[in-house]
Amino acid sequence: MEQATEPIVRIRNLSKSYRRGTQIIPVLSGISFDIARGEFVALMGPSGSGKSTLLNLIAGIDSADEGEIEIGGVEITRLGESDLARWRAVSVGFIFQFYNLIPVLTAFENVELPLLLTHLNRRERREHVEAVLNVVGLADRMDHYPSQLSGGQQQRVAIARAIVTDPEILVADEPTGDLDRASAEEILQLMDRLVHEFGKTVIMVTHDPRAAEKAHLVRHLEKGELSVT
Amino acid sequence: MTVSVSSVLPGVLCGKAFGFREVLMFILKYILRNLFRHRLRSVLTIVGVAVAVLAYGLLTTLVGLWYSGAEHASDTRLITRNAISLVFPLPISYLERIRGVPGVTTASYGNWFGAYYKEQKNFFANYAIEPRSYLELYPEFILPPKEKNDFLLDRKGCIVGERLARTYGWKVGDLITLKGTIYPGDWEFVLRGIYHGKEKATEERIFLFHWNYLNETMRRSVPRRADQVGYFVVGVKSPGLAPDVALAVDSMFKNSLAETLTETEKAFHMSFVSMTEAIMVAIQIVSYMVIAIIMVVAANTMAMTARERIGEYATLKTLGFKGGHLAGLIFGESVAISLLGGILGVALTFPAAHWIETELAQYFPYFTVSPKTLLFELLAALTVGVVSGIFPTWRGATIRIADGLKRIG
Repeated sequence: MEQATEPIVRIRNLSKSYRRGTQIIPVLSGISFDIARGEFVALMGPSGSGKSTLLNLIAGIDSADEGEIEIGGVEITRLGESDLARWRAVSVGFIFQFYNLIPVLTAFENVELPLLLTHLNRRERREHVEAVLNVVGLADRMDHYPSQLSGGQQQRVAIARAIVTDPEILVADEPTGDLDRASAEEILQLMDRLVHEFGKTVIMVTHDPRAAEKAHLVRHLEKGELSVT
Repeated sequence: MTVSVSSVLPGVLCGKAFGFREVLMFILKYILRNLFRHRLRSVLTIVGVAVAVLAYGLLTTLVGLWYSGAEHASDTRLITRNAISLVFPLPISYLERIRGVPGVTTASYGNWFGAYYKEQKNFFANYAIEPRSYLELYPEFILPPKEKNDFLLDRKGCIVGERLARTYGWKVGDLITLKGTIYPGDWEFVLRGIYHGKEKATEERIFLFHWNYLNETMRRSVPRRADQVGYFVVGVKSPGLAPDVALAVDSMFKNSLAETLTETEKAFHMSFVSMTEAIMVAIQIVSYMVIAIIMVVAANTMAMTARERIGEYATLKTLGFKGGHLAGLIFGESVAISLLGGILGVALTFPAAHWIETELAQYFPYFTVSPKTLLFELLAALTVGVVSGIFPTWRGATIRIADGLKRIG
């Protein structure tokens, strides 16, 4: 594999805390690190260590109290709500633990969702959706609803949805957490393929050491602070 | 070697642009599919709105009908009655003096008879009248010429409205016996004619017979009650003359033993309606309450629905959909459910009104729901949809993504 070294993610002095009533609970404290383009990074740590919060901040779905996050040359911590939504739609693909597919939409329609916000016409959208469903091996299930698919298949549809706009970064929050061993292995292989074959940068939160083994780099979070394995 | 996903995609994705039409189509599709996602819940909500809208429409119609007698009253007819109360009679001798008042075209008279047919529950309006002048003043009672002539010639003859005849299966030539209450005893009549109303609102449940028949019987049995009438009906040349004629009639009998009170037919009807106005206001309030209650129920349903789908809304936001898009999804669903209920309610209004008109004809001789009421039914449903959708829409559209995603799993 050709390992790229150019950082696509630059994080500096990142802090985040939550307020519970009158109490302020610090979650991340002054975190700084880079992630190189094309890298597969696993974030591990005990529950409450702040790894999902860190992932949300990198994905632009939560806002930091302090610090900077620069992704692909864009300092997202400076973006307003609307620009951030636009940036998210273009630049990041999301893979969730519970797939987060829309139950009333077919696999095709779920994957098509991010493309509805683009200039693509119906024919072009269809071509894009069919292409990514081929990549995840579900071209023959595109008319199935999520309830008609297994957990592993649903997660593959979710991955197709994440890559259909061809973002540089994929963020995955416990992508195998709700799957059996065999399905989890399939998903990890697919993510590995996305990194090696398609040059995606993947940042994955996981509790599963076997999932973390697939990553190039494992970063541990403990009480809001980072260490590298 | 690494390749871009674009290399397997048929075309390179260019800069993002807002696909308004695509998003709108998606919102409509999403609303349509979500409508029956929880079938039982949606069906119950739709039926609830439909029943509320139906109840609102029927109650509003009922209130409207209550006042319709007054609204359809003639502008050129006045009613003269005893100034003390309607229960006190006036002497028949007033008739010619009233006819002599300038502006009066003709005058007639009548007595409320207050009898019933066979059993007390078979009650309807029945009057002793002077037939020729009375029918002249009430051209809205359409009677075939032969039947009219037969009625005028037969002192024991009577005429009835079509609905009343239908209710009791009466045919021309039948012998009808009424049991008197104000004028006790069995009173026999021969049905000489069946009239129908010129308009749908014309009352067709009235029984009319010769005042002379009543008066002659009174002369024989209770002489002190003879030559008395309950009221005079006074025809005027034009509505503009009504106040002057009323004043002239009442002035004429000022300081007499039986002073009069003359008012328009509309005012006369309204004096009866106003006695029950509190009940009508209560019914109208109930109709609004029904809508308010279903509004709360629908709001609860929509809030529950939005709460269940908060993870979906967060996911859509994550994918780039904005608060406005989500507002369209939630608000649209709320309005769609309520409007479906409204349409069902309007559709049910017709058979319900027909059923009332046929099965409860005794109380509601005609029960026509006006287009205005139907429009208000739909507006009521729309209001339910709008109001019940406000809070869930606000909540769904403003949810923070991170908070919404926490709800999943």
